[in-house]
Amino acid sequence: MGFENIVFYVFAAIMVFSAFMVITVKNPVQASLFLVLTFFSCSAIWMLLEAEFLAITLVLVYVGAVMVLFLFVVMMLDINVARMRAAFMQYLPIGIAVLITMIAMMFMVVGGDHFGLEQVAAPARQAADYNNTRELGLVLYTVYVYPFEIAAVILLVAIVAAIALTLRRRPKTKYQNPDAQIAVKRDDRIRMVEMKAEEKK
Amino acid sequence: MEWLNTSIDWITVMFQEWVVVYYHMLPDVLQTVIWIVLKIVVIMAPLMLCVAYLTLAERKVIGAMQVRMGPTEVGPRGYLQPIADAVKLMFKEIIIPTGANKYLFLTAPLLSLGPALAAWAVLPFGDGLVLAEVNAALLYVLALTSVGVYGVIIAGWSSNSKYALLGTMRSAAQIVSYEIAMGFALVGVLIAAGSLNLGEIVNSQRGEYGLLNWFMIPLLPLFVIYFISGVAETNRAPFDVAEGESEIVAGFHVDYSGMAFAVFFLAEYANMILIAALTAIMFMGGWLSPLHGLLPESVTSIPVLGWILGDGIHWFFAKMSIFLFLFLWFRATFPRYRYDQIMRLGWKVFIPITIVWILVVGVFVLAGLGPWFSA
Repeated sequence: MGFENIVFYVFAAIMVFSAFMVITVKNPVQASLFLVLTFFSCSAIWMLLEAEFLAITLVLVYVGAVMVLFLFVVMMLDINVARMRAAFMQYLPIGIAVLITMIAMMFMVVGGDHFGLEQVAAPARQAADYNNTRELGLVLYTVYVYPFEIAAVILLVAIVAAIALTLRRRPKTKYQNPDAQIAVKRDDRIRMVEMKAEEKK
Repeated sequence: MEWLNTSIDWITVMFQEWVVVYYHMLPDVLQTVIWIVLKIVVIMAPLMLCVAYLTLAERKVIGAMQVRMGPTEVGPRGYLQPIADAVKLMFKEIIIPTGANKYLFLTAPLLSLGPALAAWAVLPFGDGLVLAEVNAALLYVLALTSVGVYGVIIAGWSSNSKYALLGTMRSAAQIVSYEIAMGFALVGVLIAAGSLNLGEIVNSQRGEYGLLNWFMIPLLPLFVIYFISGVAETNRAPFDVAEGESEIVAGFHVDYSGMAFAVFFLAEYANMILIAALTAIMFMGGWLSPLHGLLPESVTSIPVLGWILGDGIHWFFAKMSIFLFLFLWFRATFPRYRYDQIMRLGWKVFIPITIVWILVVGVFVLAGLGPWFSA
C-alpha cells in the first residue's frame, strides 16, 4: 500500500465520520463545524486526484464563505432541538423514501453501467507543470461559454431577488446619512458668541 | 588567522564526513521529509522572531508617536521585552470557563494560527526561492486567509460568553464582506500578471523602468483597497471591532489566558506580516530592486554596492517593513470605525471600485498599455 493510499483512506475515514456526525450530533453549531471538516477532507481527496483548482475552490467558497454565513445564522437562531427530535419518528418514512430514491438515482447515474472503466477510460496522469486552472478556464470560456454565462445570469437573478426581499419601507426607522456626516463643517455645529467677561460685584 | 582557517576546514570536513554521509544512508522518503522539515524551520523560526519583535516595534513606534518611551526596562533599552512577555505567558495558567466547550475552546487558537503559517509555504522570497512552487498559489493564499476566520468564530462561540459571541458576530460579518473586495483586488492582479503563480506575478513586474514597472501604478486603486481590506481581515485598528476593548472588553478572546491567548496574539501578528508580504509581492515587485533596469548591468558586479542595489531578498523585507509600519501607524492614528461605517466602506465603496477597476485593467491589457502590459 503506497503513501497515496494511506492518505486517501485517512481522509476518506475522516470524511465519512464527520459526515455521519453532521446528522447525529445534537448541537447545530457543532453539526455545521463537522460539515466544515467534511468539506475539508473532501478537498484533500480532490487534491489527491490532482484537481487542485477544484480542491482550493471548494475550501475558498464553501469553507471560507458559505459555512461562515451558515454558522453566523445558526449561532443567532434559538433552535429547539427537543421539539425537532420529537417529530423524528413521524418523518422517518418520508426520510427513508427520499434516501432510497437518492441512492437509486446515484446508482443509475454514476453506477457501473454508465461510469465503469468499460464506459469511461481512466484519465491519464498529467505532468507536474500541467496547469489545471488554465485548462479549466480554456474549456469554460470557449466550449461551454453559453452554459457558463447562463449560470452566471441565474446567480445574478438570485442575488437581485434576495436583495429585493430585504427592501421594504419602514418609515419609522432612522438612518444615518454618511454624506451629510462627512460634509459637516465646524460652523454648522458651533456658534461663536461674544460676551463680556462677568464682572465681580 | 591560520588557526581560524584550519578550524573552518576541520569543521567542513567533519560536516561532510558525519552529517552528509549519514544523511545519504537514510532511506529516500526520510531524506525528503528531513529536507522539507528543515525548509519549514528556516521559514518559521525567523517568522516567530519577527512576530516577537513586531510587538516591541509596535510599542516603541506608537510610544514615539504619542511622545512616550515605550518599554525600556527589560534588557538594553527594552530590547528583551518580547522575550519576557513570551516567558510570562508560558507560565500563566490556561483557564477554561466552566460553561465552555473544552475541545473547541482549545482548538480555536490553533485554527487561527494554522492558516496564517501555512500560507507562507507558497510565498517566494527570491527568484525560485520558495518552499512549494504551486501554480494556483494565489487561490491557495486566498483560501487559507478565509479559513482563518474559523479561529475567531469557534473561540467566540465555545467560550459561552456574551461579549465573546458579540465579537465573533462582528468579526464574521466583517471578514466575509472584506474578503469580497480582497478577492476582486486579486482578480485585478491576476488579469495584469496572467498567472496565479506568485513567482510569475513578481517576474511580470520586471522591466526596464524599475519601480515604475510595478503593478502599484496601473492597479493603484486595487493596491490601496487590498491593503486596507488586509487591515480589516487581520482585525487591526481601525477595524478592530471584533476586539473592541472599550465596548466588548476584548471580544472573541476575552476568556483566553496564558499560552492559549498567546497563540491568538501570534496569529494576529503572523497575519499582519503575511498581508504585508502579499502586498509587497503582488503590487510592489517582491524581491525586485526599485532600480532594476534603471542602472546599467555592470553595477551589479560591484562587490557590496551591486549586491545591495541588485534584486534580492533584502528588498522584499524592506517593502514588507513599509507595510508593517503602516499597520502600526494606522493603529496610533485612527479612531475605531463604527460597525455600520465598516459595512458601508466594504460594500458600498470598495466592492464597486474594485469591479470598475477590473474592467479598466482588462482594457489596459487589451490595449497593451506600456510599460506594464506591452509584452
